[in-house]
Amino acid sequence: MKLHKNDNFSRRNFLKTSVLASGGMLIGFNFLTACKPEAKMPVDIASLNFNDFNAFIKISDEGYVTIFSPNPEIGQGVKTSMPMIIAEELDVEWKTVTVAQGILDTKNYTRQVAGGSQSIRQGWDALRQTGATAKQMLVNAAAKKWNVDATTLKASKGIITNEKGEKLGYGAVVKEAALLEVPEKAQLKETKDFTIIGQDAINVDIDKIITGEPLFGLDYKTEGMLYASVLRPPAFGQKLDTYDDAKAKAVNGVSDVLKFGDKIAVLASSTWAAMKGKKALSATWKTDSKAESTEKHDKILNKILDGKDFDVRREDGNIKKAFSTADKVIERTYNSPFLPHNCMEPMNFYADVTADKIHLVGPIQTPQWTANRVAKLLERKVDEIHLEMTRMGGGFGRRLYGDFALEAAEISNLAKKPIKVVFSREDDMTAGTYRPAIKYRIKASLKDGKVTGYHLKEAAVNGNMYGLIPNFFPAGCIPNYKVETGNYKSNITTGAWRAPYTNFLAFAEQSFFDELATELNVDAIQLRLDLLQNVKNTDDKRIEYSGQRMEDTIKLVREKSNWGKNAEGTYQGFAAYYSHNTHVAEVAEIELKDGIPVIKKVTVAVDCGVVVNPTGAKNQVEGGVIDGIGHAMYADFSFKDGKPEYKNFDKYRLIRMGETPKVEVHFVQNNLSPTGLGEPGLPPAGGAVANAINAALGKRLYNQPFVNEIKKSSILG
Amino acid sequence: MPNYTLNVNGKQVSVTADADTPLLWVLRDELNLVGTKFGCGIAQCGACTVHIDGVATRSCQIQVSILDNTKITTIEGLSKDGNHPVQEAWKEIDVPQCGYCQAGQIMTASAFLAENKNPSEEEIRNAMHGNICRCASYNRIEKAVKVASQKM
Repeated sequence: MKLHKNDNFSRRNFLKTSVLASGGMLIGFNFLTACKPEAKMPVDIASLNFNDFNAFIKISDEGYVTIFSPNPEIGQGVKTSMPMIIAEELDVEWKTVTVAQGILDTKNYTRQVAGGSQSIRQGWDALRQTGATAKQMLVNAAAKKWNVDATTLKASKGIITNEKGEKLGYGAVVKEAALLEVPEKAQLKETKDFTIIGQDAINVDIDKIITGEPLFGLDYKTEGMLYASVLRPPAFGQKLDTYDDAKAKAVNGVSDVLKFGDKIAVLASSTWAAMKGKKALSATWKTDSKAESTEKHDKILNKILDGKDFDVRREDGNIKKAFSTADKVIERTYNSPFLPHNCMEPMNFYADVTADKIHLVGPIQTPQWTANRVAKLLERKVDEIHLEMTRMGGGFGRRLYGDFALEAAEISNLAKKPIKVVFSREDDMTAGTYRPAIKYRIKASLKDGKVTGYHLKEAAVNGNMYGLIPNFFPAGCIPNYKVETGNYKSNITTGAWRAPYTNFLAFAEQSFFDELATELNVDAIQLRLDLLQNVKNTDDKRIEYSGQRMEDTIKLVREKSNWGKNAEGTYQGFAAYYSHNTHVAEVAEIELKDGIPVIKKVTVAVDCGVVVNPTGAKNQVEGGVIDGIGHAMYADFSFKDGKPEYKNFDKYRLIRMGETPKVEVHFVQNNLSPTGLGEPGLPPAGGAVANAINAALGKRLYNQPFVNEIKKSSILG
Repeated sequence: MPNYTLNVNGKQVSVTADADTPLLWVLRDELNLVGTKFGCGIAQCGACTVHIDGVATRSCQIQVSILDNTKITTIEGLSKDGNHPVQEAWKEIDVPQCGYCQAGQIMTASAFLAENKNPSEEEIRNAMHGNICRCASYNRIEKAVKVASQKM
């Protein structure tokens, strides 16, 4: 995809303007469907409202610009970076721009999701076109005022200048501009003329964050609202049998106890009273389906790997032949546990269900889907639902699922009061939608110094790698290749977790290739570069990653990390991975302190196309790398008799400052359309660290979390 | 329910709450000071950190009934206009991602720097080790504490 894509882009269909009664101009647009030809907007300008558009630009008479950012903000920075793209093409100074979270109505609104690192990638063209079109309308209005041809005018930083040198601010022409036809053509800027894109822009919510202003779902409250603490079945596979709420009702501040389904909600005037009330409930549970355990999952997944019940996801050449004629065959198995998301802001949601409407407020990655599910649950029309998104204290996939919003709606519907469901940390960790346990068994054949065959089997709980993942590296690089998946259905709820599947697959695969390099006696980076030559000119349309871009990314990290020229007493490990449309390569550097590996530094190279906001982009990559290391090193989770064995941060270990390496991020410079960064930094991190640990200790790691493996290691006594 | 008088951010305030109510929930639910965050409820994550007589304290573990004659400072009261050196450094370094844990991080850092004006890298890392950032903005937190120390 080239930068200046401008074909088949009908602005008339996606953008409408309106004069505001309060003064100024409002431009409504639909940023996700804007590029699609089927997008239809109402002819009647009076009907311009949140039901038809999901994003707005307001330009006041004074020339101040407010951009209502359409996408949920979970910490990935789109509330800053997406408006930057509009402001760039609109050509205003970033400091004159205010960014507000768009308030959403469920009636007819279009897809809005934070997930899969797709916000920037999908919004890029539409956001630029929107800004450029608005600018053109302002220029056209000025041309009319001066009675000159619009092409003789120049606009920059919110000022329109004519050939005589006379100037008009955007604010002076907004009223006229709003009444003009939406132009068919608007010139996009050349990359070299960008003044906002590519410059650091501080998080737009920074002042509120550092002064503690209300911003998150947990901070939201209304007059008379009650707090709800919910008792849920303690084990997966259990249902509510009997309960006694007498003690709960006796707790100061508790106003009501309501049973809904297999859950019991305690309503109170404060969070503390609700939580105390919940603890005072007594309940008995009955078995509904089999209580599962980690031990059992482990056996089942191994059985799947040993068996024949697989779906073939991609097959090239003849792996059987490659293995039978090989000089050497290597096979390894990699194991990962379930993982909870552990957003710092525990799950919560506000609901006020009345006879006329349903008001929902809170942190949610999937507002539309959630509104539809609430409507269905309460047998109401979706246009009775008004849903507001708050800033989210982390998402990582957990807030895609909306179970907490459904609980809130159901409780409010029963209580006939505005309520807010608040999860305790224990609720959050034990009523999760977990990253499922997965095992990979990878087998490769080596012949005449080359990798001739590659066979990967996946055994996973509840789901399997999706979409194009079987066509990621090393697909296309090895002539005989097969990816197969097998599955076990569990009653434990599972779902997407930051960089789904690739968060563990990348570690398995990149550790495996490190081992192959050792076996072939070639440099680990050189092996990857050699393999990538085979995919560079591929005509296989299924291959999504780019051999050339991966090569450039790897070469950049090789240079920046001083690969192979590291200081005495330091050990390096390399991994590279393409996911969510972004190419990333990482080199981890460790030292040994009393025989224990200490991760000192990770050098990262990223190709995400044009970097919209460098400070935000680096922040995402730094965080993704450390998050990846933290979970690979420390995160353990297990079930016994259907119950999660970890409930809070005393036992469940998240990475902390003292264990954190320095992360140095470098971007490949190019003019290609930008891709997302919320996830791609994470997948290679575990592999890079495991390979560095092997370089230091001569010990290969096959199981996450690594800390258990390292402890067990005889090398460390 | 009993009544308590607290000194919060320089003001005397009166609250009605059960004696065992943690300060965290008094601040958030009774006094509408929601900058102090709930993260774990067992003093493991640091999101609820406030200053009690200048000492960084986990407000989820301090009962409202034992706060007589103490001065409580929350993120809202750390500075008048959000211009405490630590807040300024947080802005300069563009620390937050999701931002949820940052009030606790700032309160830990500001209490630490009040005691140690010129900390080493190791001292900063030790001081901040108790505060979890799930987005892992640790590199920037570390840098911002250093920058703040130079501003103080």
